[in-house]
Amino acid sequence: MIATHALAAAGGNSPSIPAPHIEYGQLSPMLVVFGAALVGILAEAFLPRRLRAATQLGISLAGLVGGFVAVVVLAAQGHASTRAGLLAMGSVAIDGPALFLQGVILLTAVLAVLTYAEGRLEPRINGHRIDAFAAQAAAVPGGEQEREATREGLRTTEIYPLTLFAVGGMLLFPASNDLLTMFVALEVLSLPLYLMCAIARRRRLLSQEAAVKYFLLGAFASAFFLFGTALLYGYAGSLRLGEIADVVSGVAPVTPALAVTTQNDALLLIGLAMVSVGLLFKVGAVPFHSWTPDVYQGAPTPVTGFMAAATKTAAFGALLRLFYVAFPGIRWDWRPVMWGVAILTMVVGSILAVTQQDVKRLLAYSSIAHAGFILTGLIATDRRGVAAVLFYLLAYSFVTLGAFAVVTLVRDSKGEATHLSSWAGLGRRSPLLAAVFALFLLAFAGIPLTSGFTGKFAVFQAAAGGGAAPLVIVGVLSSAIAAFFYIRVIVLMFFSDPQPSGPAVAVPSALTATTIAFGVLVTLGLGLLPQYFLDLATKASIFIR
Amino acid sequence: MNAYAPILVLGAIAAAFAVGSVVMASLTGPKRYNRAKLEAYECGIEPTPQPVGGGRFPIKYYLTAMLFIVFDIEIVFLYPWAVSFDALGIFGLVEMLLFIATVFVAYAYVWRRGGLEWD
Repeated sequence: MIATHALAAAGGNSPSIPAPHIEYGQLSPMLVVFGAALVGILAEAFLPRRLRAATQLGISLAGLVGGFVAVVVLAAQGHASTRAGLLAMGSVAIDGPALFLQGVILLTAVLAVLTYAEGRLEPRINGHRIDAFAAQAAAVPGGEQEREATREGLRTTEIYPLTLFAVGGMLLFPASNDLLTMFVALEVLSLPLYLMCAIARRRRLLSQEAAVKYFLLGAFASAFFLFGTALLYGYAGSLRLGEIADVVSGVAPVTPALAVTTQNDALLLIGLAMVSVGLLFKVGAVPFHSWTPDVYQGAPTPVTGFMAAATKTAAFGALLRLFYVAFPGIRWDWRPVMWGVAILTMVVGSILAVTQQDVKRLLAYSSIAHAGFILTGLIATDRRGVAAVLFYLLAYSFVTLGAFAVVTLVRDSKGEATHLSSWAGLGRRSPLLAAVFALFLLAFAGIPLTSGFTGKFAVFQAAAGGGAAPLVIVGVLSSAIAAFFYIRVIVLMFFSDPQPSGPAVAVPSALTATTIAFGVLVTLGLGLLPQYFLDLATKASIFIR
Repeated sequence: MNAYAPILVLGAIAAAFAVGSVVMASLTGPKRYNRAKLEAYECGIEPTPQPVGGGRFPIKYYLTAMLFIVFDIEIVFLYPWAVSFDALGIFGLVEMLLFIATVFVAYAYVWRRGGLEWD
């Protein structure tokens, strides 16, 4: 009898489970991009082959630009400042840093997608235009199936929806206010990237090797993140970053049922360390950097550019939110560790870059060194630090995209000529291209009048203000080492004789040209007139809890 | 300790059942071997002959298994929702339709790309 009553109550007609409140409007940048990705999959399924590439480019650009417009509208409505808030029952935070980084990621992705669509660099096959991606990624490298697919001029147009999915994850990553949401975002951004690394048209084996390495190490790092999340849940009894912060600072009342584990400092410290490992892997900080050179080298160059710029932006956003929202209360515990990581990252990245002979590996080690410079801004633990990191990420993204886009243009009969020796004398063959690449290298080195200088100055100033002056000294010294190898490449391009059988510089279509031009524009713009964007970053530097 | 006694008992019964079944089968079962029975058991892979250079194995099985998992997960979400359908109201219905539509997009892609054909 009693059981019948219980059943009747559970199966009653009135809604007894309160529906969660979801703010679709404020989540629209992510929803637009995910929606475009789904449309892309449907296009992939139902459109005839010859229409796919152009349609996919259109869908991707529409989705990414639409997402960017949504970000700008949200920011204009004040969601970056006065109306910033927690959404979706507290699991997503839309605030200044989130919207700023989402904007950077979307712009980066727009330019990266333009380089994907470049069809002028590879020689035509039977009249078919082909791009940087494998004809049929599942075929054995060098096998009969692959030859046939290449003859038919097939292209892997799935790269576009994959990119959109990755971008969707990247948009969520710096906005996630909950460790589990952060984990989901991490996976959503990582899984497509693993696939995208594997589909280079040339050097298939190297590309597949890169993907396997990235996948195995990435899965390992994700496991660290998840295990750390579990420990932190044991510590705080909550996954929300704000509630963890309350437990850390002792404000929150202890739930009696969790009294055994709550406020157990061992759980807190081990959990924080493991979650940080997961995130530091994604930003490519030493000692979790070993995947970077192999993956950057093996992945198709347009993908490398996208990955280097957008993944780093998203992952630093998440790292900032984690440390500034959830763990400001124990900064005296994590700061010394991050000091060590930052010093190692700057020094190892800069020194190993000196010995590199491949331009893609060189840029990979340079990206490791830059991760170290950005970490010094994170260590400042104040608003200026956040603003400096935001600005640095904006500046760095465009330089990186531009530099990798230039790498796609220097080619010989085997595809891209990435060995540095073949870049000798490039300045005489193609002064314009060499000058553009030199500009990007100078920006990487942080020479004044480029965006790199402003960014580096901002993070070092913030770090010095936050009491990390020794770190700044190490940073400046590693910058000097780094400047050595950037300038070595410039000298190689302009002051050595070109090889007789050296590479040629391909003339790109308007697509790649736009990306490079935009890179140059942003690099010079942020170097000469940085004030507007510095102000923007400063305005966007408050995290909501 | 008392609280764990049933678990230990269950473990003991499970172990006894597993070992007992194997022993009983070898004692009482008829022994008629054929080729298929002597092959090593591997999901979806033909263990012999080894592919040249340790290279490739058929991926068809994995594709099917992966699809199975996709729909399995869908059911995992659908089932509890269907049980308390009216408790969640319109919100639950809309979200579930969105979820099914998303899975359907993947399904359409697999179908059009020939993922459902065995050969």
